[in-house]
Amino acid sequence: MIYTVNGAPTYCYTGGKAFDAAQPTAIFIHGVLNDHSVWILQTRYLAHHGWNVLAVDLPGHCRSGGEPPSSVEAAADFVLALMDAAGLEKATLIGHSFGALIALEATSRAPSRVSQLVLVGIAFPMRVSPVLLEASVNAPMKALEMVNVFSRSTLAPPPSALGPGTWVYGASMALGRRVIASNAKINVFYTGFKACDSYQNGLQAMARVTCPVLFVLGKVDQMTPPKAAQALIELASDAQLVYLPGGHHQMTETPEEMLAALIGFLTKREMA
Amino acid sequence: MSGYSDPGFDTLALHAGAAPDPATGARALPIYLTTSFVFESSNHAQSLFNLERAGHVYSRISNPTNAVLEQRISALEGGIGAIAVASGQAALHLSIATLMGAGSHIVASTALYGGSQNLLHYTLRRFGIDTTFVKPNDIDGWRAAVRPNTRLFFGETVGNPGLDVLDIPTVSAIAHEAGVPLLVDSTLTTPWLMKPFEHGADLVYHSATKFLSGHGTVIGGLVVDGGSFDWDASGRFPELSQPYDGFHSMVFSEESTVGAFLLRARREGLRDFGAALSPHSAWLILQGMETLPLRMARHMSNTQKVVEFLASQPFVARVGHPMLSAHPCHALAQKLLPRGAGSVFSFDLKGTREQGKAFVEGLKLFSHLANVGDCRSLVIHPASTTHFRMDDAALAAGGITQGTIRLSIGLEDPDDLIDDLKRALKAAEKVA
Repeated sequence: MIYTVNGAPTYCYTGGKAFDAAQPTAIFIHGVLNDHSVWILQTRYLAHHGWNVLAVDLPGHCRSGGEPPSSVEAAADFVLALMDAAGLEKATLIGHSFGALIALEATSRAPSRVSQLVLVGIAFPMRVSPVLLEASVNAPMKALEMVNVFSRSTLAPPPSALGPGTWVYGASMALGRRVIASNAKINVFYTGFKACDSYQNGLQAMARVTCPVLFVLGKVDQMTPPKAAQALIELASDAQLVYLPGGHHQMTETPEEMLAALIGFLTKREMA
Repeated sequence: MSGYSDPGFDTLALHAGAAPDPATGARALPIYLTTSFVFESSNHAQSLFNLERAGHVYSRISNPTNAVLEQRISALEGGIGAIAVASGQAALHLSIATLMGAGSHIVASTALYGGSQNLLHYTLRRFGIDTTFVKPNDIDGWRAAVRPNTRLFFGETVGNPGLDVLDIPTVSAIAHEAGVPLLVDSTLTTPWLMKPFEHGADLVYHSATKFLSGHGTVIGGLVVDGGSFDWDASGRFPELSQPYDGFHSMVFSEESTVGAFLLRARREGLRDFGAALSPHSAWLILQGMETLPLRMARHMSNTQKVVEFLASQPFVARVGHPMLSAHPCHALAQKLLPRGAGSVFSFDLKGTREQGKAFVEGLKLFSHLANVGDCRSLVIHPASTTHFRMDDAALAAGGITQGTIRLSIGLEDPDDLIDDLKRALKAAEKVA
């Protein structure tokens, strides 16, 4: 599905299903070096179980045009503009890493438009080491490897997005290379990491969130360790917390547990 | 420096894809000899069939033992995933059948294993897929062979029988200019000698029968996807970039930005063509792969000693190994294969077909059979066996003489191998 958002074509994966106005909608927001495809298992399931899903490629990433957002705030405005373009007054926002910060900030800017908020692999502040930031500019392939090594938690991942036989580490490396190559003008690797590193508004944003919030954290996540989310968790007025037995590749290294966390939260809240 | 989170090749060869069995604590990988897997519920069943959840349904499509093998070869090659199939030929067929149909065209190296050459030259033509053969180092030839309906470039890392080293960086660049992927058969080199994805290849396959399993006990194949080729941007692969009525109207390149090939190959290819690998065979291949680094190092050190010995023998006209400076691919091999160009090679006796046969029959340690990549040393005399119907002219076109001998160097004591070869050379010389 292609929407025009801020004048630019914006790709959203819909899980193979047409939009049904009678169903609730979940918007999935990916992190740095990712695109919509990291959510395939979760989005495809929800799309066939009563939800509209829009797994977006952020502006300037892969199938979407436009300028890559240079700040979490700019990306949050983009998400709200996407909701406008899709005719959505209200939606559930689900974000991973950089995408989780975007979802949080978007919710804080329009609390009444977000029915549920799911923050996967979030930390605040989401500091990025100067070494990694510099490497994302001067040696992006080396930096990509560093990110994926830190994101790995197992040498024996379960069946994942490509089915059994998926080598999650290699798939993440290949996707990162593809995402970087998809924008010849702007280094989306650096831009995304810089936006994470620069974001200051996390605590104030969480204080404005009124909807139920699910935190999904990897027990051995080295990129966004669970303790780095504690300040946000303490501020959330209606929070649920799930720890997954893995690292930062929650959607692909622990896909069944990730899905169970989503189903448990979304189904319960939707039925309530 | 490598560590648990960034393991090196030898660690991956032992651990990638496998962990102690959570149900029993078994340290070695269990062999899941089951055709099918119980669903938790009707909803679970539906979700598995519709690719909403990842898991096993039926062992023709996937199996837990096979999945470990698929992850392990992917880790060693630097790929995103793999599919285990019944043989190397099944891996080649699955690759081609996933990417094209009748009316398509392949550009392939002339230096191919006989079975692959036969598939392309005869069998696939019967199904409307045409192939243009190009000498592997004829760079202009690769470029000139491209047609509007070309879908694939294909070659071997080191080609049969002369060990022509494929210039993967150059040939892959030409393929990519034409909007098609490069598939390479990496059977003879294994990822220990070369990782083709690092040089520009897009798909890699192995006859796992050979060095990966390493013990001459099992037939199997593996196709690995590097996740590098952009099927959408190419515009030549509606099989991957347009809705497929044969599988939920799925657009594979939307489902996975980097894994569309694997999605279709498993969901269509294994389902419909059915060349599945037995889990028992997968386990045997994995047993071999655990020692791949150790075996390959020994294969190569033994090969060096045997090549040097043969090159010094007056009854030997030529030794066809790229480690020798006289080989036409010596420089390229040093660049792409710094650990060596494999342990399968041929050499020419200064003799007749009868002398070639006498040489083979004079060997005691080398086994006379039609295979390569065993831990035991192997020999065959092509003119009297695999190529026996060919006359001298046809043999010459294939780089084979009446005195050509093909060796696959194993893991024995190198002095014993050289002793065996000395004895056989004397026996051959005595045949007038």
